[in-house]
Amino acid sequence: MIRARGLSMRYGAKRIFDKVELDVERGGFVLVTGPNGSGKTTLLRLVAGLVAPSAGEIAVDVDRGRLGFLAHEALVYRELTALENLDLYGRLYRVAERRERIGMLLERFDLWDARNERTASFSRGMLQRLALCRVLLHEPELVLLDEPFAGLDSEGAELLDRELAVRHGWATFLVATHEPEQLAPLATGRLAFR
Amino acid sequence: MSGYFADVAALARKDLLLELRARDTLPAMLLFVSAALVIFHFALPSGTGELAGLGLLWVAIVFTALLGLSRAFVAEREHGVLDGLVLAPSDRSAIWLGKSLAALTFLALAEIIALPLFALFFSGIDAGTVAAVALADVGICAVGVFVAAMSIATRARELLLPVIFLPLAIPVIVGGVGASVTDSPGRYFAFLALYDALFATICWASFEYVVTE
Amino acid sequence: MLLGAAIAMIGFYVPLDQDGLNQMIFYFHVPIAVTAYACFGWGAWKGFLHLWKQKPGADLESYVAIHQGVIFAALTLVTGSIWGRYRWGQWWLWSSKQLVLFLVLFLFYAAYFMLRFSVEPGPRRANLSAVYAIFGVVLIPVSFLAIRLASDYIHPVAFDKHGPQMADSQFLTFCVSLAAMLSLFSALYRLELAGKRIDAHLRELRELLG
Repeated sequence: MIRARGLSMRYGAKRIFDKVELDVERGGFVLVTGPNGSGKTTLLRLVAGLVAPSAGEIAVDVDRGRLGFLAHEALVYRELTALENLDLYGRLYRVAERRERIGMLLERFDLWDARNERTASFSRGMLQRLALCRVLLHEPELVLLDEPFAGLDSEGAELLDRELAVRHGWATFLVATHEPEQLAPLATGRLAFR
Repeated sequence: MSGYFADVAALARKDLLLELRARDTLPAMLLFVSAALVIFHFALPSGTGELAGLGLLWVAIVFTALLGLSRAFVAEREHGVLDGLVLAPSDRSAIWLGKSLAALTFLALAEIIALPLFALFFSGIDAGTVAAVALADVGICAVGVFVAAMSIATRARELLLPVIFLPLAIPVIVGGVGASVTDSPGRYFAFLALYDALFATICWASFEYVVTE
Repeated sequence: MLLGAAIAMIGFYVPLDQDGLNQMIFYFHVPIAVTAYACFGWGAWKGFLHLWKQKPGADLESYVAIHQGVIFAALTLVTGSIWGRYRWGQWWLWSSKQLVLFLVLFLFYAAYFMLRFSVEPGPRRANLSAVYAIFGVVLIPVSFLAIRLASDYIHPVAFDKHGPQMADSQFLTFCVSLAAMLSLFSALYRLELAGKRIDAHLRELRELLG
């Protein structure tokens, strides 16, 4: 599903990574590990198609509408409510039975009570959970997660574990994390950045 | 096709909703244009005539639009939302079109106050001027939103917006002032329509490249 | 290719100097202006190639063409201003549509560099520059039309622009001068492009080694 050959990324004069090779098959669960600043986020953004590589090739065999991307930032509007944010994304991603699906996800991530609050008032953990709702809203085939456990308390982490387990083997995952132990049981492959 | 316009509608609605909540851009535009008109009173020595005032009206409109446009992508910049919109399967030009429609709404609302105010302070506004304003607004918003998107991709951000926008706004000023002050505004209406059609088309066609790599 | 520049000098000497300096500047001013248009057109074309065909290197070519274009545009403004001074005694003529157009274009393309220097080198910068170049080339005729329309309510009285019809020999000289300017552009363009490409290669080598 993802194939990268000789992938290099440079930003100005700084070299972020060089000649990266990556193979992810359908249903795979690949961890991208490494310290902060080693290029994990950049790799994910490359796979998502947000940036173009400085050199090398990358082929991602999935439509934009079947791809889910969890970034460092929540990608939600501060002044809109959780519901309004998800509704917008639901429309843009042509999600079937939008309302039901949004309701279901908000409940699964324990955000139903906060659905009519503006995200500006959300805590870090709530934002992360809302972002996860956004990512899973359209039931993507390829899920890119950048530090998915960041900001989550133990309950939030449990919720996330549950959602990952449900989709494991069915959806393809590429997860960047600097704490791979938590997800090691699910992993089918690893890519280490230095 | 219906999906495209549904996307545009959803995005425009979102921008209007955001402004309704934040209530910062539109009031600022209203105050700005009012203050500008007052300044113009002091900037026009006696004997300069009615037509100079009309010319300045257009200056006020363009700069008020610029003020509003500088806020066009601010909400998208917080929390990196623009990435979310770009990742969506919808056509990227829908982002531009939705936001242009919202910008058009704000500019029109500001003018609903500004034009009567101008008529009160200076001289009357005829239907031709109002029509010219409407036509010009389309071009201003189409190009302005596009240029705003370009400028947020840079380090200089909003600093770059007026620098890029104003040369592109010169034809609009010519069309607008010409329609307001001459006796044969038809040519100027046609010119404004041409500008709108031409630039809206290239904006629509090339917005994709402004937000992707 | 620098032969072209030499031809320009010949063009200088050949003309029938009836009006003296005034006429000579004309042989420079208009060809320089036309060359500037060619530069911007070439830059836009390269920009289009970059966006549509993803041609590698098109971005650099577009940049160099527009850089040259700005230089020629500045020269157009300067020679136009000098001509105005000699012909009508003023350093600036709002009535010269060509001159005003170049002022607008100069502002626009100067902003191109501000844009370019405000973005990190990479595909994003190339895309933005290419789009900007295309906007510029659309702006040229639209601005010209605008300036023509504006002259109706700004200056009802029109100055004559280029003077009398050209005699055959003058026309020939004009064409020679135009050819000279275009080949000057071509030479400078290739020179600058080669220089920039060498720079880019050096940088790449340095990164591979470093």
